[in-house]
Amino acid sequence: MRFAIPLVVLALLVGLFMIGLRRDPHLVPSPLIGKAAPAFDLPTLDGKRPRMTDADLRGAPVLVNFFASWCAGCQEEHAYLMQLAQNGQARLLGIDYKDAESDLRPWLTRRGNPYGVILTDLEGKAGIDWGVYGVPETFVLDAKGTVIYKQIGPMTPEIWQHDIQPLLRSAT
Amino acid sequence: MKRRVACVLLLALAAAGARAEVQTVKPEIPLTPQQEALYRGLLPELRCLVCQNESLAESQASLAADLRYEVRGLVAKGEDETAIKKYLTDRYGDFVLYKPPLEARTALLWAAPFLLVLIGLTMLFAYARRTRATPATRPPADEAALRKILDDHS
Repeated sequence: MRFAIPLVVLALLVGLFMIGLRRDPHLVPSPLIGKAAPAFDLPTLDGKRPRMTDADLRGAPVLVNFFASWCAGCQEEHAYLMQLAQNGQARLLGIDYKDAESDLRPWLTRRGNPYGVILTDLEGKAGIDWGVYGVPETFVLDAKGTVIYKQIGPMTPEIWQHDIQPLLRSAT
Repeated sequence: MKRRVACVLLLALAAAGARAEVQTVKPEIPLTPQQEALYRGLLPELRCLVCQNESLAESQASLAADLRYEVRGLVAKGEDETAIKKYLTDRYGDFVLYKPPLEARTALLWAAPFLLVLIGLTMLFAYARRTRATPATRPPADEAALRKILDDHS
């Protein structure tokens, strides 16, 4: 009986730490989830049109992937993004974040281009509007242009299958 | 020696091949003294999301430089502190503020220190009352035995 209270306190603390220490403090929840995608107007890389805006995204779900040729995590996810695009599982819009075109072109030639369209955000202004703080970051937009998910860090098969696909299914 | 040359060569190769983030140099936005004071006062309250334990005032991260530029631009446009903080939290969430706003969601966070002090004080008073209730008494001494010891030694 004498130890009952300390034991309960200890158990509560252990429980708290079990939850707290497993969370990654680098993952900052995005306030954009559930809201319309931020407005943008960016130049395309070799697009049919010179520029694209947020209005052009509506109509079908799309993955908006912020990436750069200088980013290691982007190389990591690249093969999987290629797979998603080739299987026709996802429509991909790439936003090349603070990257030199002279670096991006050889990178795409060597690894392939999974993106339907690539927009360039040389100054990182669109990145700020989308709350990007470290590439790669991927936003999942439904057909209405609402952000329904944000992946911080490389896209993986687990995240795609367990988190994003069910969301996309329930959104349509 | 050979090894050192090899190291230097490798480093040079790595440097030549490495692509880097593009950081465009932007002209400094002029501010009036009042605006400058607002800008300087605001930066230490904003968190750099890349380094997380540094404020926008001290961070060397390129995102911090970009955000400083944005904040400076907003100050120059005549925006006040609330509007600028809203601009940042709309994009990055409350985490960008070192001091989270007091709302229902953060009430426990703000109340926790006071609750902990209250619990501590309650425990301290309870402990103090318990010890006062049983005053320390000297165990009864065996007077005869003590006298005998004293007598034997005198």
